[in-house]
Amino acid sequence: MALEKKIRELKEKREKMLLGGGEEAIRKQKAMGKNTARERILAILDDGSFSEYDMFVEHDARDFGMDKKHLPSDGVVIGTGTVSGNPVAIYAQDFTVAGGSLGLMHSRKITKIMDHALKMRIPLIGINDSGGARIQEGVNSLAGYGEIFFRNTISSGVIPQISVILGPCAGGAVYSPALTDFVFVVDNISKMFITGPEVIKTVLGEEISMEALGGARVHCETSGNAHFFSVSEDECFGQIKKLISFLPRNNEVRAEVVETVPPDSSYDIENIVPGDPTLPYDVREVIRAVADGSDFFEIQEMYARNMVIGFGRLGGRTVGFVANQPLEMAGVLDVDSSDKAARFIRYCDAFSIPIITFVDLPGYLPGIDQEHAGVIRHGAKVLYSYSEATVPKLTVILRKAYGGGYIAMGSRHLRADFVFAWPTAEIAVMGPEGAANIIFRKEITSASDPDEVRRQKVEEYKEKFANPYVAASRGYVDSVIEPTETRRLLLHGLEVSSGKHVQMPFKKHGIPPF
Amino acid sequence: MTRNDMEKKANDRLSIDHTWYTTRISARHAARKPYAPADPGVISSFIPGTVVEVMVSVGDTVEEGDDILILDAMKMKNRLKSHIAGKVTSVNIKPGDRVSKGAVLAVVECC
Repeated sequence: MALEKKIRELKEKREKMLLGGGEEAIRKQKAMGKNTARERILAILDDGSFSEYDMFVEHDARDFGMDKKHLPSDGVVIGTGTVSGNPVAIYAQDFTVAGGSLGLMHSRKITKIMDHALKMRIPLIGINDSGGARIQEGVNSLAGYGEIFFRNTISSGVIPQISVILGPCAGGAVYSPALTDFVFVVDNISKMFITGPEVIKTVLGEEISMEALGGARVHCETSGNAHFFSVSEDECFGQIKKLISFLPRNNEVRAEVVETVPPDSSYDIENIVPGDPTLPYDVREVIRAVADGSDFFEIQEMYARNMVIGFGRLGGRTVGFVANQPLEMAGVLDVDSSDKAARFIRYCDAFSIPIITFVDLPGYLPGIDQEHAGVIRHGAKVLYSYSEATVPKLTVILRKAYGGGYIAMGSRHLRADFVFAWPTAEIAVMGPEGAANIIFRKEITSASDPDEVRRQKVEEYKEKFANPYVAASRGYVDSVIEPTETRRLLLHGLEVSSGKHVQMPFKKHGIPPF
Repeated sequence: MTRNDMEKKANDRLSIDHTWYTTRISARHAARKPYAPADPGVISSFIPGTVVEVMVSVGDTVEEGDDILILDAMKMKNRLKSHIAGKVTSVNIKPGDRVSKGAVLAVVECC
């Protein structure tokens, strides 16, 4: 029968396309420890949920012998599916087909699925594994990149956009991930740079390996371009699924509410923070002691470690945690940590995720390098993002909150909805030693025993100002609380502010200190 | 550990506003370079490249704005000029030399 024959024909055509660049190219891909484009998509999506589109799309380039080249699916796989039941749009560049190079039709497939994602208001996942622009297609491939970047920008803050770097992503191509919300990288597989080692060598005479220039570790530790580090593609896929579980589908709905799980009882919240403000501890322990199920999903854990950011849940609802980390650089604000926190705060605000801030910082990091790197501008990002955020903002001052750092870290003055302070909190213009040295300079220098007088004055200052009660007496702190009350008060604060409504003055958009 | 030094003990010291904190110092902070103001007499490569031509030798007198050398970098032939008037006290390169960023190429001493 004719129908049977036609169906068989379709099956054969599909089989051919599913092979991508062919068995030899797939063997090479596997030898690099990499999965194929379709395998990657299937690993991320729920079983049986993937629907592929544009499988039969082909390029029509004619120059440089391209008319004789057949590139299955034009080197990119696009489709939709679900992750834990939530619909997503996804694309994966297929390195086995012409090195995943981006030509006109390749980019049209990507922009088609991007348009779908935006129209349907569902998250977009992009898997990058490409040698870059398809040179033979000339300016058409540049146009393709431009169309992708435009859509990334327009979709920003409307739908979650996730980039997964599973191979090279070089030259202009890096700007798509850079414009998206979260970038996932895998050790020894991901490579991202604007100009590669070859160019650097010919132009500048400097030698560097791809890994040292733009490997996963570099982008997680040094450049801050990536958010999630893993050692295998499987670990990476697990992280992507976990991240999506915290996020709402788009900016008009809330993240899914799950059953409330109490924190693990092994976290003893009263014995995490040392009373001496100069001693370190891991602030993530405090977050885990408070969060549902003690589950804290950290973002950028290897970058600017003096600031901790990540998702968790309180009462089953997704919240974003922002916390100073006394374990690293005493938890100071500096260029990188400000940048890290500010971007995350804006993310939470864009997607209606309440922000929980834990404060324990000595202030800003002094140094010529910091000043020259623009700590004024970068530090201002924290003030800007807290001030502009209209989601519920709950702040807990654990210990030190000195000077400008106190203001920046989700203070009342930037319109925190609730500010709690532990009895160990020290809310002051600066640390006792510094303050005493300035206020009592005359008494100290003119004393017969300056060290003894200094010690006395520091004690005097500590007694009077290194506590939460001065701030509480002005109403800057709503309540001085016992550590064990923290979770209950946060849950209550979130409940109370669940209908929070703030009207901001009309503007096209603000001018954040980029 | 795959995340390398995450488990490193916190026993570094950092001073903020006269108070010493016990913490971990980041590699980036530890490796920061001391600041040095630019010396107007020093002609250095602002970009890595190849020296094409050298117009002066030691002992020459130059005026502010006089050409010192041509540095080929990023497909551009960059003319490096003297910032000050004075005497050339050292020339550290010759045509064909490859230089890295920030290398001292020549020095002019103010008279």
